[in-house]
Amino acid sequence: MSKVYLALQDNDDSRYIVEAIIEDNPEATVIHQPAMIRIESTGELFVRRASVEEKIGRDWDMQELHLSLITLGGNVDEDEDRLHLSWNV
Amino acid sequence: MVAKKLNLKDKYRALTRDLDWDYDYADRKKAFPYEEFEGIKITDWSKWEDPFRLTMDSYWKYQAEKEKKLYAIFDAFSQNNGHLNVTDARYVNAIKLFLTGVSPLEYQAFQGYAHVGRQFSGAGARVACQMQSIDELRHVQTQIHAMSHYNKFFDGFQDWTHMHDRVWYLSVPKSFFDDARSAGPFEFLVAISFSFEYVLTNLLFVPFMSGAAHNGDMATCTFGFSAQSDEARHMTLGLEIIKFLLEQHEDNVPLVQKWIDKWFWRGTRLLALVGMMMDYMLPNKVMSWKEAWEVYFEEAGGALFKDLARYGIVMPKFVETTAKEKEHISHQAWWIFYTHGHAAAFHTWIPSDEELDWLSEKYPDTFDKYYRPRWELAKEMEARGERFYTKALPQLCTTCQIPMGFTEMDDPTQIAYRSSDFDGEKYHFCSDGCKHIFDQEPEKYVQSWLPVHQIYQGNCGGANVEEVLRDYYKMNLGEDNMDFKGSPDEQRWNEWKGKDKGKDTDKDQDVA
Repeated sequence: MSKVYLALQDNDDSRYIVEAIIEDNPEATVIHQPAMIRIESTGELFVRRASVEEKIGRDWDMQELHLSLITLGGNVDEDEDRLHLSWNV
Repeated sequence: MVAKKLNLKDKYRALTRDLDWDYDYADRKKAFPYEEFEGIKITDWSKWEDPFRLTMDSYWKYQAEKEKKLYAIFDAFSQNNGHLNVTDARYVNAIKLFLTGVSPLEYQAFQGYAHVGRQFSGAGARVACQMQSIDELRHVQTQIHAMSHYNKFFDGFQDWTHMHDRVWYLSVPKSFFDDARSAGPFEFLVAISFSFEYVLTNLLFVPFMSGAAHNGDMATCTFGFSAQSDEARHMTLGLEIIKFLLEQHEDNVPLVQKWIDKWFWRGTRLLALVGMMMDYMLPNKVMSWKEAWEVYFEEAGGALFKDLARYGIVMPKFVETTAKEKEHISHQAWWIFYTHGHAAAFHTWIPSDEELDWLSEKYPDTFDKYYRPRWELAKEMEARGERFYTKALPQLCTTCQIPMGFTEMDDPTQIAYRSSDFDGEKYHFCSDGCKHIFDQEPEKYVQSWLPVHQIYQGNCGGANVEEVLRDYYKMNLGEDNMDFKGSPDEQRWNEWKGKDKGKDTDKDQDVA
């Protein structure tokens, strides 16, 4: 199975988003690079709104992810509650 | 009573598909005249998916927020003399190359998406192209604003649009986009949305912008990442386009494969410039070009092509050549610029001893064997007061327009030459990839505006190189060009930083 990934700007919102991702995807690896954070995982990765809201302590719209997102790899499926990244093989 | 809020999928449907209309008195084919001539078959536009389901109202909301954050940083950067915090003034030359070579491509992308967005009869594709078109316009504007601060303090930023249209090495990026924009609408999407955005732009915006941060350039890092946040959406669009075309009709598969082959190779040639920026122009290194290629193409692109195999799509043609080129290409490109440094609107230099050691460490199989000896020789010549500038104008590859300085990858001591005959004329290429592209569409590429040919034909004014550079390219000779050592940029930097005047400076350097 190939690796999916996403990279976020290293900013205050991303701190909570990354915390939420790690909790929801225990398999994921977090790599810190200058000014950015890369999160990769084998096969698939979820970003869940409820988990981010829990960490960030306020309402959080899934599309707010675009404010911090730098890049991603994998097939994307997004609705109000989660973003799902996956490769089929 | 407040109306129930639509969920994301319904809202997307209402604000994209539901804005479309049927044609009852006009002929749909006449309304969309470019949709069929490439041979792509679309049976059902409603199958077009936008996975982010972004609608115009959310688009404005989030883009406005990004913009506010970005301009707050530009203000802070400028108010705090951010240019003084970059690692050293050599770094700024990477930004000059970015402004003259890359930012105008953002404008070309804006024009390209505005054009093709009009040409698709599917509403989903039209809305996606409209948003991307606005994104690209935003990118060129934010880049100009970010870099305008540097223009107050450094040479080489003053005439970037004029230079983009004329200067020999800038014809490499310019002709890349001209080629894409003069293709049909589906080829444009496969070229730019998929092959460029999905497969290759990560290499430009991610490690390079992280490198900008690592070199104290807050403004560039921020516009880069802010643009890249749109890029994540563009990449996703690129992948959806490919899947859509492949699922619509099996006859589309060979056409899509042919375009992927062409644009992957065109893109790798364009990125030779980025490889050189990463390995040679960033004083603080983040990763080598080879490492970036491995992470962002071999690993990420490998996963992508494995996923597309179910449609019958295979890795792009000549991908095995790129696996060898990653060891060589950045070194060969910087050498071309170093030896033509009198004709470039940015400064070039010999890497410091520390940087040479870093390159030896990152390229253990090739650097000491093939490239370090060249730099040692260049150092000796410079010490004798004979800094080398080539007197000749280079032969250019008809396809990628890069000077023919790349080697055979199995024998890096031998320059690669390929040629094709067409209509009684001979055309020259730097590689099998560029020759193959020409051979597929010779009628198109014989029209290439090759800067060196144009100079020799007398179309660029001037009886000699100096006049072409000064009068036709509008370079400020002795300021924009030549080695960093002894440049006004270096002198000013040393004054600002309180360094000894004249230290590291070759006072007798002749400035073309």
